[in-house]
Amino acid sequence: MKEIFVLAEHRQGELRDITFEMLTKGRQISQKTNADLTVILLGHNVKEFAKRLADHAKKVLIIDDVRLENFNAETYQQVLSHLISERKPSLILIGHSAFGVDLAPSLATELSMPLATDCIDLNFEGEKLVVVRQVYGGKVNVEAVLRKSEGYIVTLRPATFEVEEDKGAGGEIVEIASPLSKDVTYKRFIEYVQPPAGEVDITAADIIVAIGRGIKDADNMPIVEKLAEALKGVLACSRPIVDKDWLPTDRQVGTSGKTVKPKLYVAVGISGAFQHISGMKNSDLIIAVNKDSKAPIFRVADYGIVEDLLKVVPVLTEKIKEEKSS
Amino acid sequence: MEIIVCVKHVPETAEAEITIDQNRKRIKTEDLVFDINEWDDYALEEAVLIKEKHGGTITAITVGTEEADKTLRKCLARGADKAIRLTDKAFEGSDAFATAKILHKTIQNLPFNLILTGAQAGDDGYAQVGVILAELLGIPHATMIKKIDITDESAKVNRELEGGLEQVMEIKLPAVLTIQTGINEPRYVSIMGIRKAKQKELKVLNLADLGLKAEEVGESGSWITIEKMLIPPVEKEAEILSGGLDEISKKIVETLKTRGLI
Repeated sequence: MKEIFVLAEHRQGELRDITFEMLTKGRQISQKTNADLTVILLGHNVKEFAKRLADHAKKVLIIDDVRLENFNAETYQQVLSHLISERKPSLILIGHSAFGVDLAPSLATELSMPLATDCIDLNFEGEKLVVVRQVYGGKVNVEAVLRKSEGYIVTLRPATFEVEEDKGAGGEIVEIASPLSKDVTYKRFIEYVQPPAGEVDITAADIIVAIGRGIKDADNMPIVEKLAEALKGVLACSRPIVDKDWLPTDRQVGTSGKTVKPKLYVAVGISGAFQHISGMKNSDLIIAVNKDSKAPIFRVADYGIVEDLLKVVPVLTEKIKEEKSS
Repeated sequence: MEIIVCVKHVPETAEAEITIDQNRKRIKTEDLVFDINEWDDYALEEAVLIKEKHGGTITAITVGTEEADKTLRKCLARGADKAIRLTDKAFEGSDAFATAKILHKTIQNLPFNLILTGAQAGDDGYAQVGVILAELLGIPHATMIKKIDITDESAKVNRELEGGLEQVMEIKLPAVLTIQTGINEPRYVSIMGIRKAKQKELKVLNLADLGLKAEEVGESGSWITIEKMLIPPVEKEAEILSGGLDEISKKIVETLKTRGLI
């Protein structure tokens, strides 16, 4: 029987959502290709996770070792390469997360297994593995084929696969002795550092006006600030604005920042890379301003304005002020 | 400290409209502006900052065509000491794996304590090259780096995780670190820098120079082959408001009023 591995991802005592997203996709593929779905759970004192995961797979393989308590690509790679060489799964799913990007490429290289990263879909067509990826910041989709192999490694984009409810799979939980023989030598986990708490909690706001790269210059920021003021909303932004230090980190919306769900989200000059979209797509009403009519932000927005933000935002601000004073 | 920075010359697409070429395997690049990959730009700056603090030399390396000299010249003008361009017809169509193999062959003969590169590229976004390169060289790596402190034989680094959380790791040198945007403030190129760059060495190497076989690189040496490109399907279409600025603004105000948002 063929086997598909899903690598469970957990951090600070919590299973990450990506784990269940991968299990949903993994289950679909296992049914189509007549393979068993196995979760690989590496950690320390993680029996509770195993019980939850058993609902979603045929088998949960646990390796409990204090050296696996916190993610470390060095120890994870040693354990996984051992497991993969022994069980020869046809497919290994790993999250395209901060953990996955640190692990998958070196693991694939060590095992000489073809790897496709950041996939938004994948399917076996016979022996051939076809994946779908996004390139150019989400503006183009690519269908690609992996070099023929006995086994493949694929990392899946987070927040892309909708999780199906518990299937009550009643999977078997199997504990395996840790194959780690030596101490960690190259890489040592020291600690987690929490982001500093900011003055404004954007996740609590009803109205958010967010600025992106399209603002071009820090001198243009007041144009959007005035819109936020007129709407009595708070100012937020996408990654490039924080990278340039134009706004503090706690204003960043997206994968590496905050996830927000306001009543109104106005995206100004934000093209809509998936990292940003996954942090705001569940807002009640989304209005986007961008001069590129094909910008991915328009795929999640309710209303779109294809215009130069420097021209349209001041007019919109005035109209809102007029309305409020009337 | 000998530092190597791997950079890529890519089209700027964040603010540009993209059209797919007729063969559906690539995008049309004629109207696009090319520059150093944004993540690599931060990697370059980090290399310069480390050199300013600890001394040493910086070698910038790229796999690309002659066009990529623009990016290498930029690296030299910003503080790199040497540059190497890896160019061969056989390199075309290389994915991250094949690209890492080309870099590996080049770097294995160079002295180095630290290799920096961007966490990903703005075009194909594989986020793989640095990590594969480390594995091929048999040295450790850490990705998505937001902070580096060099201490003798090792480096203390902060990796960026989801939700703004960071993971502090200690890593032995030599190592490959892949850099996340925002780690520093890339400086502008100075006139003096451009002048100095002209005197700096820019070496070009090809397949034979590196001792690689054609089948090890390009499409044949890759893990992944592009079948076709397409504009992503639209799940939910935004209603695009048309008309003059006044008209558009009025429509928005009406919508907000109806929903009780103003």
